[in-house]
Amino acid sequence: MIKEETGVLSQDDIPAIRIRGLRTQFGLNVIHKDLDLDVRQGEIIGVVGGSGTGKSVLLRTIIGLIKPVEGHIEILGIDRSRLTGEDEETLQQKLGVLFQDGALFGSLTVAQNIQVPLKEHFRIPQKLLDEIAAFKISLVGLPADAGPKYPSELSGGMRKRAGLARALALDPALLFLDEPTAGLDPVGAASFDRVIVELKKAMKLTVFLVTHDLDTLSTVCDRIAVLANKQVIAVGTMDDMLKINHPWVKEYFHGPRSRAAGISAA
Amino acid sequence: MATIAQEKPWLSVERKADVTCIKAGGPWHVMSLHWAYEEVEKAGSPNTGSVELDLQAVDKMDTAGALLFFDMISMCDRSGVNVSFSGISDEQRLLLKQVEENYEPCAIEPPRKNSLIKQVEEIGVATVTIVEGFGALLTFLGLVLMRLLRTIMQPRRLRLTALVFQMEHVGLKAIPIVGLISFLIGAVIVNQGAIQLQKFGADVYVIDMLAFSQLRELGILLTAIIVAGRSGSAFTAQIGSMKLREEVDAMEVIGLDPVETLVLPRLIALILILPILTFYADLMGLLGGGLMAWGTLDISPGTFLARLREAADFSTFAVGMIKAPFFAIVIAITGCFEGLNVSGSAESVGLHTTNSVVHSIFLVIVLNAFFAIFFTTVGL
Repeated sequence: MIKEETGVLSQDDIPAIRIRGLRTQFGLNVIHKDLDLDVRQGEIIGVVGGSGTGKSVLLRTIIGLIKPVEGHIEILGIDRSRLTGEDEETLQQKLGVLFQDGALFGSLTVAQNIQVPLKEHFRIPQKLLDEIAAFKISLVGLPADAGPKYPSELSGGMRKRAGLARALALDPALLFLDEPTAGLDPVGAASFDRVIVELKKAMKLTVFLVTHDLDTLSTVCDRIAVLANKQVIAVGTMDDMLKINHPWVKEYFHGPRSRAAGISAA
Repeated sequence: MATIAQEKPWLSVERKADVTCIKAGGPWHVMSLHWAYEEVEKAGSPNTGSVELDLQAVDKMDTAGALLFFDMISMCDRSGVNVSFSGISDEQRLLLKQVEENYEPCAIEPPRKNSLIKQVEEIGVATVTIVEGFGALLTFLGLVLMRLLRTIMQPRRLRLTALVFQMEHVGLKAIPIVGLISFLIGAVIVNQGAIQLQKFGADVYVIDMLAFSQLRELGILLTAIIVAGRSGSAFTAQIGSMKLREEVDAMEVIGLDPVETLVLPRLIALILILPILTFYADLMGLLGGGLMAWGTLDISPGTFLARLREAADFSTFAVGMIKAPFFAIVIAITGCFEGLNVSGSAESVGLHTTNSVVHSIFLVIVLNAFFAIFFTTVGL
């Protein structure tokens, strides 16, 4: 984006993620076609869409787990397809990802899980590593005694928090969350939502989250992107969403669940 | 943008009477943290007077850098040195505040046990596991036999489709591998046996050796081992993944007996199929041996058959065949038992599948040894 009055490209104005003409497909099954999306720096964007519209696929494509067939993805102004080797690794270090069930390494404790990316990329003294792990554990709202526990000893909600702590290990600029509140009870989900908002404020994160949770959408997200017909059919705030006249979007944001979440009036 | 500037973080310390001025600069983030740590170590901390920390020149700071500063500050605090800031931005203040709020040390690993105690504990756990496992296996065997009895009394309860499906997978699809292995083993016995027996000029006795070893022992043993590896493991994986997806629980709730629907078709299929496969393996073994004898020892097929009839009678063949249904029970029961014991994660499926193969091969070989002793004792 170019500042209109000066015409100078300022660093803060580079979109965190810029997707143009994205096409992904598995075999003959086209998931996305000519998909465009911009994510601004410092915002929390929520991606919604019906089952099978490729929300998770989009997330996995942006973080580089799936190669797009066509199109460009720029992350912080860098086209990832042109990167090789070390540069790609450097970019990858700016991304933190929370997978659906935390994806913690089962043979390591929570604290050791958090230290994995730190140990892999940098030479940091052990004392400092331990301090960082303890800090991140507290940051995501886990009790200190969760540190020496193995993932199998934790509840689903705690595993998600631990996964978030690992995603935050390198202080990433961009955080990706795949259905962060799925499988959590409403109280746990609400407190997880709060953690995300607080972290975003404190660490100046840009958050890309895929969710079905209307509460998360209304309380956490700055903007919402709707996936349908293989494209992003709408991007905007919750107020914008309520004005959109698309059958699925209407059903979604004006449905009984939406009313229960206090989004639209009956 | 693409390259990260490799600037180093720095600290400069200036002591003026009571006040120590510490200036920090450069990037204080996770990527340059080891340099920053060295700087902090080098600078040390004053234990008297007060400290003025100037963060003006710090151009990038993340929580890791803030943590390092916070370490410095708390070290000063502990020795009673007052710390004041200058040139600190709001952002940096926020980061430091966040670190302060979440500065709660925690353990990284669970406490380690004394290694001797740990080893004794492991031996104890292993012993109890083995004994309990064997007991549970016997209980399961009993349960399955009861169900089998009920099915024999009421043949309508038998799942015919499942049975035929299992027979196809366990039997028909094993034909190539069982045939090939038996053929090769038969050929190798003749080939290697002949080399040894030639020393005594008794190479024609290689046929006796082939007949005895193939019909009595190797035919059934190798077939059982192949089936344990192919089908026993498949039983565990199939039932185990059903267990994981709660399909087995759903069956019970609906009123389908898992033993009757899952275990019995596999058990009966294996009991019916293993003798047939063994018979086929015997044939292929003799064929392989016969061809090898013809090719390398010039024993014509006619001579081979005549010698074979003298060497082995029906009882030799029967001794091998009679073991087949017993081995079938061992393999099917172990495979299904391990499958039904799967719990929790996909990892557990793998673990139980390995267990299933190892245990069933072990049990087959032990049982075979008992059979050998038994048949020798009764004079067969």
